[in-house]
Amino acid sequence: MSLEAERRTAWRASLAVGLAVSAYGISFGALAVASGLTIAQACVLSLIMFSGGSQFALIGVLASGGVVAGPAAIAGATLLGLRNGLYAIRVSPIIGPGWAKRLLAGHLTIDESTAVATAQPTLAGQRVGFWATGAIIYIGWNLMTLLGAVLGDLLGDVRQFGLDAAAGAAFLGLVWPRLRALQPVAVAVGAAVVAAVLLPVLPQGVPVLVAALVAVVVGVPNLFAARLRAVEGGES
Amino acid sequence: MTIWQIILLASILVLGIKLVGYVVPPRVLETPTASRTAELTTVALLSALIVVQTIGDGQGVVIDARLPALGVAAVLFALRVPFILVIIGAAATAAGLRALGWQ
Repeated sequence: MSLEAERRTAWRASLAVGLAVSAYGISFGALAVASGLTIAQACVLSLIMFSGGSQFALIGVLASGGVVAGPAAIAGATLLGLRNGLYAIRVSPIIGPGWAKRLLAGHLTIDESTAVATAQPTLAGQRVGFWATGAIIYIGWNLMTLLGAVLGDLLGDVRQFGLDAAAGAAFLGLVWPRLRALQPVAVAVGAAVVAAVLLPVLPQGVPVLVAALVAVVVGVPNLFAARLRAVEGGES
Repeated sequence: MTIWQIILLASILVLGIKLVGYVVPPRVLETPTASRTAELTTVALLSALIVVQTIGDGQGVVIDARLPALGVAAVLFALRVPFILVIIGAAATAAGLRALGWQ
């Protein structure tokens, strides 16, 4: 494949992923306003935080717990953002030197830009994949957040339109592609049970943080991993 | 804390984590245990958030139209329906059930 063809392939992947992901910025904007944020606050989250999972987590906790749940909301959003740090380590060699470039790349380091970049076979394609996906989503996500926030503001009573139910569906969509092996499925089920049990007992936002410990309990000793290898290919 | 303070602090922390990843030497954090646990933390948090968003009601639990809406979303995701359409489908399910008089 020529250099030009590699770049074109990366561009096509970026465009497909970028446009699809940008579209759901509209649900973030609408839900943010439904959670009690102003249009400006919803937009600032998309401009600075720019990480879908963390943004949904923050407004989710604020929606049920209000300002009192602020520390738990911040902790939840930050924990969900930890994976971006690992993505940054992974794409850092693709970006290359130059602090301004790396600073900008840092802002655009999210699930999708990392996924498209690392899926390309050559460095030229990886660079195009990262920057194109990151830029398309940054612009699209922010425009759609604004549109969603304005629409959500006009809608008024969000329960009537089922918008409160859309939040659970949004989280389901974010976790769905990660459930391809036994280990993450076990963690998902365990965390869901822990959260459900603790929900009536602990202050708002805290059950989610305790449920995150399920990942440590399973992840550090690497439970549920060996059995999966046996299922997949018979290699141990 | 005001909502603005919460938003700005959380935004700076999430952005900061991304930037830190470009400064640390690759070998420090990229051990299998660290990357595996980080990925599983994402799964655990999202899964717990689904529960809180679907049956949470302040500090308590309530079963209402959100639960069947989540079921519809799960079916649609399994059928590989695009994200935005699933969200609309889930919202429409809850809205429809409420219009019919369900909680």
